[in-house]
Amino acid sequence: MNTPLSWIKAYVPGLQVTEQDYTDAMTLSGTKVEGFVKFDKNLDKIVVGQIEKIEKHPNADKLVVCQVNIGKETIQIVTGAPNVKEGQKVPVVLDGGKVAGGHDGSPLPEDGIKIKKGKLRGVESFGMMCSIEELGASKEMYLDAPEDGIYILKDDAVVGSDVVEVLGLHDAVFEYEITSNRVDCYSVLGIAREAAATFHQKFVPPVVVSTGNKEDIHDFISVEVADSDLCPRYCARMVKNIKLAPSPEWMQRRLAACGIRPINNIVDITNYVMEEYGQPMHAYDMATLEGKKIVVSRAEEGEEFQTLDGQIRKLDPSILMIRDGVKAVGIAGIMGGENSKITDEVTDMLFEAACFDGTNIRLSAKKLGLRTEASGKFEKGLDPNQAEQAINRACQLIEELGAGEVVGGIIDQYENPRKPKRIVLEADRINQLLGTCIAKQEMLEIFAKLELEYNADTEEVIVPTFRQDLECMADLAEEVARFYGYDKIPTTLPTGEATTGKLSFKLRIEEIARDIAEYCGFSQAMTYSFESPKVYDKLLIPQDSILRQAITIMNPLGEDFSIMRTTSLNGMLSSLSTNYNRRNKTAKLYELGNIYLPKKLPLEELPEERMQFTLGMYGDGDFYTMKGVVEEFLEKIGITQKISYHPEEKKPFLHPGRQAEICYKKTVIGYIGEVHPQVADQYEIGERTYLAVLDMPSVLPLATFERRYTGIAKYPAVMRDISMVVPKGILVGQIEEVIEAKGGQYLESYALFDIYEGSQIMAGFKSVAYSIVFRANDKTLEDKEVNEAMERIIKALKGIGIELRQ
Amino acid sequence: MEKKLKELKEEALKQIEASQALDKLNEIRVAYLGKKGELTVLLKSMKELSNEERPKFGQLVNDVRKTIEEKLEESKTRLALAIREEQLKNEVIDVTLPAKKNNVGHRHPNTIALEEVERIFIGMGYEVVEGPDIEYDYYNFEALNIPANHPAKDEQDTFYINNKILLRTQTSPVQVREMEKGKLPIRMIAPGRVFRSDEVDATHSPSFHQIEGLVIDKEITFADLKGTLAEFAKELFGPQTKVKFRPHHFPFTEPSAEVDVTCFKCGGKGCRMCKGSGWIEILGCGMVHPHVLEMSGIDPKEYSGFAFGVGLERIALLKYEIDDMRLLYENDMRFLKQF
Repeated sequence: MNTPLSWIKAYVPGLQVTEQDYTDAMTLSGTKVEGFVKFDKNLDKIVVGQIEKIEKHPNADKLVVCQVNIGKETIQIVTGAPNVKEGQKVPVVLDGGKVAGGHDGSPLPEDGIKIKKGKLRGVESFGMMCSIEELGASKEMYLDAPEDGIYILKDDAVVGSDVVEVLGLHDAVFEYEITSNRVDCYSVLGIAREAAATFHQKFVPPVVVSTGNKEDIHDFISVEVADSDLCPRYCARMVKNIKLAPSPEWMQRRLAACGIRPINNIVDITNYVMEEYGQPMHAYDMATLEGKKIVVSRAEEGEEFQTLDGQIRKLDPSILMIRDGVKAVGIAGIMGGENSKITDEVTDMLFEAACFDGTNIRLSAKKLGLRTEASGKFEKGLDPNQAEQAINRACQLIEELGAGEVVGGIIDQYENPRKPKRIVLEADRINQLLGTCIAKQEMLEIFAKLELEYNADTEEVIVPTFRQDLECMADLAEEVARFYGYDKIPTTLPTGEATTGKLSFKLRIEEIARDIAEYCGFSQAMTYSFESPKVYDKLLIPQDSILRQAITIMNPLGEDFSIMRTTSLNGMLSSLSTNYNRRNKTAKLYELGNIYLPKKLPLEELPEERMQFTLGMYGDGDFYTMKGVVEEFLEKIGITQKISYHPEEKKPFLHPGRQAEICYKKTVIGYIGEVHPQVADQYEIGERTYLAVLDMPSVLPLATFERRYTGIAKYPAVMRDISMVVPKGILVGQIEEVIEAKGGQYLESYALFDIYEGSQIMAGFKSVAYSIVFRANDKTLEDKEVNEAMERIIKALKGIGIELRQ
Repeated sequence: MEKKLKELKEEALKQIEASQALDKLNEIRVAYLGKKGELTVLLKSMKELSNEERPKFGQLVNDVRKTIEEKLEESKTRLALAIREEQLKNEVIDVTLPAKKNNVGHRHPNTIALEEVERIFIGMGYEVVEGPDIEYDYYNFEALNIPANHPAKDEQDTFYINNKILLRTQTSPVQVREMEKGKLPIRMIAPGRVFRSDEVDATHSPSFHQIEGLVIDKEITFADLKGTLAEFAKELFGPQTKVKFRPHHFPFTEPSAEVDVTCFKCGGKGCRMCKGSGWIEILGCGMVHPHVLEMSGIDPKEYSGFAFGVGLERIALLKYEIDDMRLLYENDMRFLKQF
């Protein structure tokens, strides 16, 4: 909503305020000012001058030398403008003055343009004559401005006087952010009412007088509202003998300042009243209306209609139409018909000011893909009580401007007039909600400024129908708070029962995941929850995989964001790819993010959202680096027992020989592996890339913050090293299983200290060496006890084809 | 003999004095005090002396031995010290050589900002809770006083899965889920991912994060809301921070407000960051609408409460002066390393 301040002041005559103060105060009372543009911001030393003499420039064909009377003196100005003539009055910026911009109408520079006297092709010039663009205005606001050249002032302009004053440019256009509940403020009068209340000034709306000749509109036409649920009110008036002409300058300028292009008196009046009251109106050429009647009814299924923009629209019964006795003439509240629009030949017209159901208009406009200025107003849900006043105001302007002869009487179909709501005033509860002690009398004064009456007998506040947003005590509390001042409400802290601030167990575990990942060198990534269905192909996921059972977004931003991810891999690989393509040598990332697994498709209930702890990296480290992070994390959250890794070939996106399921006891809690080279290629990562994913809902039940001290060993440990020749296919995990199974009660720990394949070892074998530690809690172990354990281990190792190294 | 002893002593002390190495000292010890050392030899020759002279001379020899031993010990200490000093002198390192680092990773700026916010509210007794990303229309809209066909539904550019399930457009549905649990009083914050159908650009993302706050108790007032958020702003942006509450509209709160804080870059004087106004908008809030309380089974005559919603990315962008929202989702190491 853009409105010049001068228009607001027209209804709040006492308003004297700077632009900044207006901005601050209006914003604090709830009418947020987004910004303002001062027309005279960069206009300085610009006066009315009269051209007394024009001579040719001695050195340039395209320039002329003018003697210009600026009141106190006559100065010489050189100009290249094609349209100057002797005797004309023109805007002249004097030496040291400022204009808003260049004459080509390009964007205005922030600080304007300074004008200094100087020589043009050897001839002195003491100022500059201005075009309308140089004055910071536009041809829309000043329709008499020439296409190219100096803006010529009216003959009655006083030589030497301030041009900014003469052109009414001491004004500023304000842009407001109106909240959706304040339908009344999408109008100049609505904002003016708020301004009057904010600045404690009198609100003086236009006085609408009765108009019309002795004839009666009912003799010309009748109106029937067949679907009154969609059209609570329909007002119509008639104008004869229309004389199309430009509207007066003041009206043109106000409209132009609001961003509306002036057209002619009838169109301009319609637009003017729409801005003023927020009530859209429509005009039909009477000559095109047949059957002497208007019918408001729903469209037929499959009906087609040509709107005044020339387009054919397909309709259905959800859309409300305006018809005459024979045919449709407009889509209610959205756009009139080509067949009944006002042309230059119009003599008589029918004026419509109606109230349509906001939701219906919004849905219809959406369905038709046709959002208009009018539909935008209607869809907010207008107050039906303003329709009559607005149409009378328009007729009054038609008479005042001599645009036509208004026919007497009004057709007003208004079955169920909307009545003011009543809300019981509970001053105590308002104070209780706000934390204030505002006297009831002060509240009543605030209400009075907002035209909310109070009935002392029933203790009710009577809410005018234009304030549809006020329904209950809390709404009244807001009105009180706005004008009492949000800034004056005290600041306190809640009292009452104490509560414990905390993170949930899940969030605490996630915090540890972040800490550990970062400690291990991984940085946190965040990726989108939705992605393209094509990622499954990229990840080599088979057609029948459950991972492809993804939830689809009905109205996505495009295919790339159309399904909810069922795996976190694409986000991670895309991020690694970004880093690789930007020539970052290494990247180590982790993400904690949800995947979305539907219980059933199409979705009937909410899907399972599973938090995934995903790690990815390239450039530094290998499979075992990832494994290290996984184990550091699991240990930190209290999973102290051995995690096992099962080599699998199940994940198609991982290297078949370099992947494993991560298991705790029998539960799979995640997987780890090197990215399949083909997948790495698809993501354009030219390095070996590693991934690990922990499924947090599987990890959480295993996690614990409980710790128990077990005492520090008092007796010495016995350490034995064992060096083996192992067939290549045997995993060290199998060796460890043997050590654990056969180590006996004194086995304390074991550690791999060497693994070797190469020339000194037979082909098909590898050398593996472990150091095994035994210890008893209650005594010093004897060699015999340790030897027995070692023998058991060695024997079992032999059983799976492992020999001691000689 | 006494003269010889005296000469021997002086010669020994001289040698000790002159020696510059520990092994030299050892040689001297052996040469004088060893089994075949000169002093030992001298002592052996004592048997040539008379019985009367013998104890006196023995005493003299012992004194000399003691003097030499003391001198040896003293020199040893002196030398050891000199050697340690020499060693230290030779062990000077270049302290400006690069550090050996663990190359610790970095938290995402969103998370840093979130943890900061969580810390503040946990300190005030708030519990951190979560709700689903994919949500029922009922929780996201209807239970928040946004009935079917409400224009606010269009304003939020919702991604729909079907006509009753959607991607939540705000974290506010968590308010309803908490209230429905029926456990009062409530002091909670609910951080989480939200979605709106905005094309990606420097200031928009179709997926971002909010932190919802909700307090429900007896006699909770708008003044409490102001106090709480003023406290929060000071904690987050520094003790000098002032807050400004501007009336606004949200369907699920009444009265509602938007909150500005004094620009933490210029302190309120006006700069590029605050577009010259000195203020930066950070959140929306208000008193929970009585309809919302009722729909969640709470009697608005007995209980009241306030709610607020903060855009996490907004805080992160402002606090760390990040000029393009896209950076938050690209995960470029060169970006992440700065946090």
